[in-house]
Parts: sequence; structure tokens; C-alpha cells
Amino acid sequence: MNLNNDKGSMSTASSSVTVSDQFPAGLRVLVVDDDPTCLRILEKMLGTCLYEVTKCNRAEIALDMLRTNKNGYDIVISDVHMPDMDGFKLLEQVGLEMDLPVIMMSADDSKQVVMKGVTHGACDYLIKPVRIEALKNIWQHVVRKRKNEWKDLEQSGSVEEGDRQPKPSEEADYSSSANEGNWRTSKRRKDEEEEMEERDDTSTLKKPRVVWSVELHQQFVSAVNQLGIDKAVPKKILELMNVPGLTRENVASHLQKYRLYLRRLSGVSPHQGNSFISSHSQEPPYGSLSSLSGLDFQTLAATGQIPAQSLATLQAAGLARSAAKPGLPMPLVDQRNIFSFDNQKLRFGEGQPQHMSSGKQMNLLHGIPTTMDSKQLVNLHHSAQSLGSLNMQASAHGNPSGQSSPLLMQMAQPQSRGQILTETSGGQVPRLPTSVGHPILSNGAAGAMLARNGIGENSRGTGYNSVSQTSSVLNFPLNHSAELPGNSFPLGSTPGISAGMSTLTTKGGFQEEINSDIKGSGGFMPSYDIFNDLQQHKPHNWELQNVGFAFDASQHSNSLQASVDVTPSVLVNQGYSSSPRNVQNSSVSAMGKPIFSVGEGSEHGNALNVGQHLNSLLVDNSTRVKSERVTDTSCQPTLLPQHFGQEDLMSAILKQQQDGLGPAENDFEFDGYSLDNIPV
Amino acid sequence: MERNQQLRRQLASMRQSLFDQGHLDEQFILLEELQDDANPNFVEEVVTLHYRDSARLITTIERALEKSPLDFNKLDGYMHQFKGSSTSIGAKKVKAESTQFREYCEAGNGEGCLKTFQLLKRDYATLRRKLEAYFQLARQAGPNEIACRPK
Repeated sequence: MNLNNDKGSMSTASSSVTVSDQFPAGLRVLVVDDDPTCLRILEKMLGTCLYEVTKCNRAEIALDMLRTNKNGYDIVISDVHMPDMDGFKLLEQVGLEMDLPVIMMSADDSKQVVMKGVTHGACDYLIKPVRIEALKNIWQHVVRKRKNEWKDLEQSGSVEEGDRQPKPSEEADYSSSANEGNWRTSKRRKDEEEEMEERDDTSTLKKPRVVWSVELHQQFVSAVNQLGIDKAVPKKILELMNVPGLTRENVASHLQKYRLYLRRLSGVSPHQGNSFISSHSQEPPYGSLSSLSGLDFQTLAATGQIPAQSLATLQAAGLARSAAKPGLPMPLVDQRNIFSFDNQKLRFGEGQPQHMSSGKQMNLLHGIPTTMDSKQLVNLHHSAQSLGSLNMQASAHGNPSGQSSPLLMQMAQPQSRGQILTETSGGQVPRLPTSVGHPILSNGAAGAMLARNGIGENSRGTGYNSVSQTSSVLNFPLNHSAELPGNSFPLGSTPGISAGMSTLTTKGGFQEEINSDIKGSGGFMPSYDIFNDLQQHKPHNWELQNVGFAFDASQHSNSLQASVDVTPSVLVNQGYSSSPRNVQNSSVSAMGKPIFSVGEGSEHGNALNVGQHLNSLLVDNSTRVKSERVTDTSCQPTLLPQHFGQEDLMSAILKQQQDGLGPAENDFEFDGYSLDNIPV
Repeated sequence: MERNQQLRRQLASMRQSLFDQGHLDEQFILLEELQDDANPNFVEEVVTLHYRDSARLITTIERALEKSPLDFNKLDGYMHQFKGSSTSIGAKKVKAESTQFREYCEAGNGEGCLKTFQLLKRDYATLRRKLEAYFQLARQAGPNEIACRPK
């Protein structure tokens, strides 16, 4: 089942991926089941489907794996009845934190249980014994999800009917039963539930995704502070902010995330590995951000402010940090750090392999006492924001070094999961080529931080670190629980970034979590980063990291830029600074949905072209990124290296979605699976 | 080889009788289909995994059945696990008995549970024994695909 037969063309020679470029082969599946017999059988079956399988018999372990390797998996299959954690709980967590499609399975086929799966957001429910035929089609859920995210990004700012969720009918076959749009419903439901705030006008369907640029976020925070954290209600905040086009719902969801973020900060142990941050004198926010528990991040994600992806990224970053892969080498630190927000470790770029491990994301924020109360957190947040802004600035300026952007980017990047990590998960852990590091880092510490960060997280093994770092650096927010709620928070979360940020001098509202990783650190910058800074640097990097950021490649590889003509601005789709709203679309790439950003922007056409072009350029890099199309209005191709088949997905999706795009499919040279792209 | 052919035939008939006697169902065949050159002993591997894991469950259930009063919820839970595992290797009879057991649990019928469990244990042991013999023979006969491949 290949989405794109043309994929081959896309896959570019550069990727030395062993996995065929034919989607869905290489789909990275994480299967969780306490029964060893079933687990072994599933593993074998999935292997027969040419998927890349990771098995796990404990839900907790699975969550850890997902958190540390934010973009390492495309889909999760889990049993319902497990001794250490209820399958539904795992389902929820994954949905919130990583926003990955989850398939439930059980020998129990009673209606209630199946219904429970639906309500908890499972994208499918399989009855045991599972047949291989059922497994052959699970890739559809990955595609669907990305498609939706992409759409969301696209629509950020504009309420489109029914865009929110692609109709299942569009998606070809639903091989699984009980899946009719259930994920959609569940997602919707989740959003609704999460967003407690009033959603007045928009239908439950789509909520335009507002891009919370650094500036916007700062405005938000100052409004909140003015009102007092306890008294801050969306309506008042909205009034104070006085931003045209911003809806109360946007504020509400952002507020929710923010609250979680603050809560998390207060819970973070002080000074975890903040060293890096302090060194940079960056606001520690990153640290805190990273410490944001995955939950917070989830909430944030839930609120929809930050594209789920970004949140995931952020969280991942945050979580990753905490999860800390201890001992993760942060080789890439430099480069990646910036990007890898996720890697908390990275943040510091110093290769703090994990200070985070302490479980609570490390405080990226150096010196930020985790015990801060909300008020303090707010302050931190501010600092974070400033960091973010710094990043943004850095990135904003077209990021000569791309570093700054990466940082910023990261924050916002909810890394679409697949993206950056996926790259690394390829097992290659390609540490982002140094190239990653530089450009972005050029900003200075930021880069380093990012680089580091990136590494921490993803490293599946070690490889990731570098990769993830870069991407994560920026992404920091994204990957881990970076709670970066939306955008601004990320600032704080990416410790790495902060480091980098300091140098960055918030330029503009970079905040998008541009997965700065992409930028230089090769981190995964989920879409965002890459654009900003990466453009310059990193084409290579993204191989590693960004799966989704093809753009990144642009950064590094320069070539990309050249060809793509991607201007840093492109990355900026993120547009953060200026118009959060616009950014959304453009930042599509940045925001968590790295994959889709490709072409999501209005300019799909452009993006596609660009993407293509980039892809070719990037090809050597790691193909992943290639497909990034900068949907940015400015046509900046945001290459979102999508790791697995994203390109394929993208192409497929784009194809569908964009009539005009036409070439999309081919253009995307995603090597979806090109995990190998990343030069190890 | 003559000997080999003989073994193969023996093996085939052993296998067939397992199906005929209702011990195994199609799931077992699916497992066989998954076996390939990369995993030439896949079926045996899975079956071994199953027996190792389920032995533990059997003991747990036995112990639970000795308690008084019976905790049907727990029993049901254990049996659910056991059933899932048995189903995945295609243990037909055992699976049926597991289902029966669970029904008794739901009904709160302790007597029924005990009786069913005895039957289950017996069939479980029988299948285990037969499969062990089967795999042993299979190892002797060597891989079917390539007749001359030495085992």
C-alpha cells in the first residue's frame, strides 16, 4: 500500500534507507501487550507487513519510550487489559502527550469496551486474535491523523467547516471496525473536553489554530499578570490583549496550557541541569518548560492552541528531558541543541545528558526554582518568553545562523511526532551533522543548547541525541511536553534554547516552536524551526531530526535555500512574530505538524514546488525533510522532514487537498522512512 | 531421504490429528504461515512462550480457586488473560473451556468454575504434551521446505 508510487522519486537517492520508500513500509509501530505470546505474534505479523516494530510489555515502559523518543514512532498498538496500567489510560496519555494514533486491541469484543475505546480516543479497535489483514491497514490511521493536523494548521485562524477532521470517507478503507471517524470524534471530544473554555462560535469542528508568537504570548502573559493569575479569565485577557482576530477560545485554550505549564514549573525540581541555561543567562524558562509534565503539555495540546504536535514535541522535549535519557550523549549538542527542545538535556547543549532524568524535566531554566509558585512561574514564564522571543528574534532575522530560530521554533514545535524523532528512531540516530549545529547555533549559545537538546531526547539510542537535539532544541517545547502552550511558552521550555536564546535576542515572535532543531541542530525541529533558521543551515540536519522539517535542510544545506529560495522568513511561517494567526498556517510546518506543513500554506503550490526543490537538495541530507513545504505564505518551503512516509503522506494528502498542487505528490520527496537519511 | 520422508509423514499426521481432535484451530495455521526462513521455528517459539506464561496463570487461578469465598472478579480477570494467550496459539478446546469458566464467573457459580477448570487443566496438559512431541519430531524431520537441508 503505497500512497505514492512516485515515492521512489522522492525518496531520493540520498537516503540510504534500507526501508523501502514505499509507504507504509517502515511505519514505526510500538506494540504494547503484557501477554508475551501475543506480543511475539504481533511483532511477527507487523514485521511481515514491513513495519518497523518495537515491542513492549509494560505500559509504563512504553510511555517512557514514547517520551524519550518523541518522534520515534508513528503509531501505537496497545492491549486493553494490562496489569500495570489500564490500556485506556495509556491511550489517553499517548493521545495527549504525543498525539499519536493509538489502536486498542482485546479479546473482549463487548460493545462497552469498544465504546470505551472510541470515547478515549482510540483510532481503532481490534479484536483478538488479531489477523494480519487488520494490521496491514493500520497505516491509514497515521495518514489520517497527519492529514488532519495538517488541515488544522492550514486552517489556523480560519474556521472552516468540517475541516477539523477529515472525513473518514475520504480516507479510503477503514479496515477496522468501530473506527468510523472515531478518532475524529474522540479527538474532537478531547478537544472539547480539554478546552473547557467556551467555544462559542466555532463548531466543535475546527478551531483555528492560532499561532502564539512570542509577542503574542508576551502580551498574553502580561495580561494575565495584570489581572492576576487567579483572576485571569479568558474574556478579560482577551480584552487586555486587544489583538484583533484573537478569539476568546484561543485565549482560553492558551490559558489552560499556560496554567498547566505554570503548574508544572512549580513542580519541577529546581535547577535540574539548568546549568546550561544559566550559562547562557537565558531565561530558564526552558527548563521549566521542559519540566512541564507531559500532562501539561497535553493539556496545552488539548487546548488546541498549540498544534498537538507541537505540544507533543514540547512535552516530549520536556519529558524527554526529564526522562532524560541519562547518559545520552549530547554530541550534537551544538547543533542540535538548539533544536531539540525536547531534549531537555540538550537545552543546555552542554550535553547534559539528562539532567532531566530526574523525572521532572530538568529545569531548563537555570536557577528557576521549580518550586516556584504560580506567580513565580509566571515570571519564569516571562523569562521563558523572552527567551522565546530571543529565539524568535534570532530566528526571525532570517537567521543567519538559524540558530535562533531553531530555538524559537522549537518551542512551538509540537513536533509532529513522527518527525524528527522518527528520523532518529530510524535507529540511526544520526546525530545531526554538525552542520546542524552551526547555523543555528551561530546565534550563539542557543545553538549549542539546541543541539544538545535535540540529542537528549530523541536519541533512541544515542543517535538521537544529536538528532533530536537539534530538532529538539528548538523543538524543545515540542517534543516533550514542552508544554509550550502554544508558542510562547516554549521559550521557557527549551532550555537549550534559552541558551541560545540569549544570544538570540528575541527577534520577533519567533516563538513558534519552530523546531529549531531543524535548524541547525538538525534537531527535529518540527517544521517550524527549520524555517527560520534552518533555512540556512540545515538541510542536513533535518535529516536527523526533523523528520518533518525538510526545511531544516534548507538551512543547512543551503542548497535548499538556494533552490528553494527559502528565506528565513519562510520558516517563519511561523510568522510568529507578526501575526500569530497567519503563522499558523504557515507555520504549519512549524507547528507540530511538521509533516504537513509542507504545503499546507496557501501556497501549497509554491510550497510544493519549493518542497520539491528542497527535497532534491535535501536529498542528501536525509530526505526526510524534504517534503517540507513551506506552506508559509511566503512560500517558503518548509521542509518538514517527515519521517516516515510523511512525505508520502503529505504527498498523498496534499494531493488530495490541494487541487492545484498537482505536483505535490511527486514533489514531496519524503522519504518517509528514510530514517537512514540521517547520516549517522 | 526415506527416513526423512517417513518422519515428515508422521509429522503431518500428528498435526492433522490435532486439528481433527479439536485441539487446534485455524489460528495455529496462521502461525504456521507466519513462519518463514528468517524465523524457522516461529511456531515452536510462540507455543513455548505461551506455555511458560500460562503455567504461571494456571497456578494463580488454582490458588484463587482455593480461597473462600471465591473472588469471581479476580478469577474472571485471570481467565481473561489466560484465554487471550490460549487463543493466540489456536488452542481450541482450552479456549472454549476458558469461555465457559468466565461465564460461570459472571454467574457467580463457583461449582461450575471448579468443574470447568478441571476440564481445562486436563485439556491444557494434553495439548501441551502433544505439541511438545510434535515439535520434537519436527526438529528431527528438519525443515519441510528444503528437503535436503540438514537440520
